[in-house]
Amino acid sequence: MKRIDLIGFAAGAIVAHPMRSALTSLGVVIGVAAVVMMTSIGLGAQQRVTSAIGGLGSNLLIVMPGASRGPGGGFVSQGAGSGMSLNEDDAKAIAEQIEGAVAVAPAVRGGAQLTAEGANWQTRVEGVTPDYLTARDLTIASGRMFDENEARQGRKVIVIGKTIATELFGEDSDPIGKRIRVGTAPFEVIGVLTPKGQSGFGQDQDDIVLGPLQAIRSRVVGRRVQGTNVQTIYVKGASADDLDRLQEDVTNLLRERHRIRQGAEDDFSVQNMASIMEAMQASVKTFTSLLAAVAAVSLVVGGVGIMNIMLVAVTERTREIGLRMAVGARRSDVLYQFALEAITLSVIGGIIGLAVGIGGGILMAKLGQWPVAIAGWSIPVSLGFSLLVGLVFGAYPSWRAARLDPIEALRRE
Amino acid sequence: MIEIRDLEKTYQMGEETVAALAGVSLTIERGENVAIVGPSGSGKSTLMNIVGGLDRPSRGTYRFDGEDVSHFDDNALADFRNRRIGFVFQSFQLLPRLSALQNVELPMIYAGKDKTERRARAERMLDRVGLGSRMGHRPTQMSGGQQQRVAIARALANSPDLLLADEPTGALDTQTGNDVMALFKALNAEGLTLVTVTHDVEVAAEADRRITFRDGLIVSDDKAGRP
Repeated sequence: MKRIDLIGFAAGAIVAHPMRSALTSLGVVIGVAAVVMMTSIGLGAQQRVTSAIGGLGSNLLIVMPGASRGPGGGFVSQGAGSGMSLNEDDAKAIAEQIEGAVAVAPAVRGGAQLTAEGANWQTRVEGVTPDYLTARDLTIASGRMFDENEARQGRKVIVIGKTIATELFGEDSDPIGKRIRVGTAPFEVIGVLTPKGQSGFGQDQDDIVLGPLQAIRSRVVGRRVQGTNVQTIYVKGASADDLDRLQEDVTNLLRERHRIRQGAEDDFSVQNMASIMEAMQASVKTFTSLLAAVAAVSLVVGGVGIMNIMLVAVTERTREIGLRMAVGARRSDVLYQFALEAITLSVIGGIIGLAVGIGGGILMAKLGQWPVAIAGWSIPVSLGFSLLVGLVFGAYPSWRAARLDPIEALRRE
Repeated sequence: MIEIRDLEKTYQMGEETVAALAGVSLTIERGENVAIVGPSGSGKSTLMNIVGGLDRPSRGTYRFDGEDVSHFDDNALADFRNRRIGFVFQSFQLLPRLSALQNVELPMIYAGKDKTERRARAERMLDRVGLGSRMGHRPTQMSGGQQQRVAIARALANSPDLLLADEPTGALDTQTGNDVMALFKALNAEGLTLVTVTHDVEVAAEADRRITFRDGLIVSDDKAGRP
């Protein structure tokens, strides 16, 4: 017989019971949709983690006071940020003595109310040095950054992000030269940063105020940070590959400077953004595989549904099978007819599931505010898998149909 | 055309061996109209299944046009049924999903004929059995007599050498039964070999030759109208 007629047989049987066929396919629809959606969620989360950590600045080490949990930039660091073990001299020493430190930026921060022209805005203000821009991958859109002298002299000038400019002076205004009261102290705006938009963690990266380290420490942060102490030192390396070596050098230098005896714990922590990114990506990947594996189980359940209905169909259509054999169907013709029916049900389910999965992935990305990421491979893989499911779970019912004895089959009521 | 020698068919029923056919020899010539009669369990259906290529004998030989059908494998038997045998069953055995035309096309699909050829031939066969106006009807929209005529058209689809009918009028009333028998007679008159298995004395009386079975053996074989 001709192959085209076999397709006609399968299509005819599927169309004859539209409701049953739809429900049978539904299992595969759900399975494939789940696999596609889970991988797309995983991929989106992975991209978001990358951009979130990348948004902090690339090739960055973040040095904070307090003990680190262990060497190598522990992912969870208890007590990091507590205590006041870092100061500006540490930053200077890193910049001068360590090779490959492209930018070293000590920083302090504190919350403050900003007021200007009757408008006010609560935000976090950072006291930094000019190197901060390089370390955090920031650029100036208009105006300028304060220089080393201004920073050292404690001049009351600030550089603000787009959000601050909009909130205090309105859309499309030019805030350069205007005055903003930070807490109680008046500052002059000398620059506006290039907008960066929302970070991967959902924070507005343009809600930012940068002022000279000295001025911010004394006027805004107040007593919590004394002398030349700083809360953070950002160290930017030349490349990601060099970051581990840089981390080790910084750690050794600071231990030496802080006179920490061998075996004693650090009184600071160095976080390596590259290794944190790696660790987070690895955990997201594991999570994604886990989700996909669970989704794959539902695909198998869908396959069992197909097998169940095909077995029912073979029983129901025993007489039809007997008749087909009597008028000349070979056993292989019967086998192919039922196998093709199972595969068609499964693949139709796969195609619909793919559409549902892609739609669901886009929806989840919208809701979770991460980039839409549909893995290209998920299309051939899910269609291939639905074909395989139809083949595997259709095999046994089809074999049963083909093994029927035509005499017995014709006699069946 | 059909040459059967010492044909036996035995079944294993638990410990016991039951012989459905206990050594049957029989020759049927092309163009004959034969009725096979006998009580149920006499072996007549078993013989029909073997002659039709649905079953294989346990012992003995069955030759069809000189070919030894008893040694055919499954595929060869399927092709044999497809090309050389036309079956007509008591319960019609039409596929309810398909129209009359599609039911008649079915054997031609398995013969690998293409669609236009199939359609044309199916239309001719339905015309031949007097259903030219009902080709698109489904079996459920037809009377028993009409359904049986669709089944006959299907049996004729691949121009078989032998028409095998199993109680063809068993599910029909007397009038439509007579119409079906008249159709068989006309087909036989055109040269088609006809073997009918039946209980019905009247149906058997229509045949030129009656073979009576009992307990797996032929007990009489008489040719009516021939001295």
